[in-house]
Amino acid sequence: MAAAMTLETDVVEHEKVLEKAAEWKAAGKGVALATVVATWGSSPRPVGSQLVVEEGGDFVGSVSGGCIEGAVVTEARQTIQDGQTRLIDYGISDETAWQVGLACGGKCEVFIEPVD
Amino acid sequence: MKTDLLKQLLADREAKRQVVLATDLASGEGQLLYPAEAAAGDELLAAAHRVMQADKSGIVELAAGRKVFLHVYNPSLRMLIVGAVHIAQPLSQMATLAGYDVAIVDPRREFASPDRFPGVTLIDAWPDDGVEQFAPDRRTAVVTLTHDPKLDDPALIKVLRSDVFYIGCLGSNRTHGKRLERLAAEGFGEADFARIHGPVGLDIGAKSPAEIAVSIIGEVTEALRRPAPANAAAAQ
Repeated sequence: MAAAMTLETDVVEHEKVLEKAAEWKAAGKGVALATVVATWGSSPRPVGSQLVVEEGGDFVGSVSGGCIEGAVVTEARQTIQDGQTRLIDYGISDETAWQVGLACGGKCEVFIEPVD
Repeated sequence: MKTDLLKQLLADREAKRQVVLATDLASGEGQLLYPAEAAAGDELLAAAHRVMQADKSGIVELAAGRKVFLHVYNPSLRMLIVGAVHIAQPLSQMATLAGYDVAIVDPRREFASPDRFPGVTLIDAWPDDGVEQFAPDRRTAVVTLTHDPKLDDPALIKVLRSDVFYIGCLGSNRTHGKRLERLAAEGFGEADFARIHGPVGLDIGAKSPAEIAVSIIGEVTEALRRPAPANAAAAQ
């Protein structure tokens, strides 16, 4: 109830994402975890927000208001494949180009790691 | 993240243990830190202590040029209100907005009715039993509002034996003085009294129940974000 409204640490979401990671892992799936490690400006999700991805592309959690999830899932699937961590900056989207970015004008940095 | 580390992290959260996950952004190496349980430590532990206190995850750069992401996993904040009185109505709502899971203990059913407190956990028990049920921890604030010794004192006696971060008691200076006398008779001393905020709330001239609730939320927030040592230093 109240936890969903917590501003700085989104406790409920942490739990679900990590539990999902453990659950997928236990089921023998390849899993990667993406975490917002820094934000600038009006980034929609706070530092610490997480998204977990399984090898088939299913994911739980969020790292933005939906702007970059698609790109993060693609990168995360790469991480599942090659086992490499990734640190990626996502900047302001250019509305005239089909490029990934944050329409809100914020910037964020996302760390992607395999759960191994 | 290693699966073993993930399992330990989930177990810590289940046990409501305050934990900080430190991840080296170059190597991906992860490590769990428990700053609340360690007296002192190295640069990394000190940084973990800072972010935990601020409840704010972030990247730190260590002297060796290592960039480490410190992810704070604090258990949810909770507030236990003793006494389903008028002030408890705005206080429970404001505390919920501020991110607390709120419970109110009051054995008087006409006070603690779901109609008066929609959506709030109501504990129908004597306050000492209620405190036990609630199992307060160091992420808990306790506010007593009945200013009836029969109800407040048994709760306080239990709460003072726990490590809650905030204790506040409604009542005038005179009421509070008598309260401390009774607690002294129970064997409590100065160190215990120093933990109790009485009269409760910041001194902002609050009059109405909602204003008093604001002053209490303000004081609780200060206790949470700027805890005792820094507080004392700032006051000097």
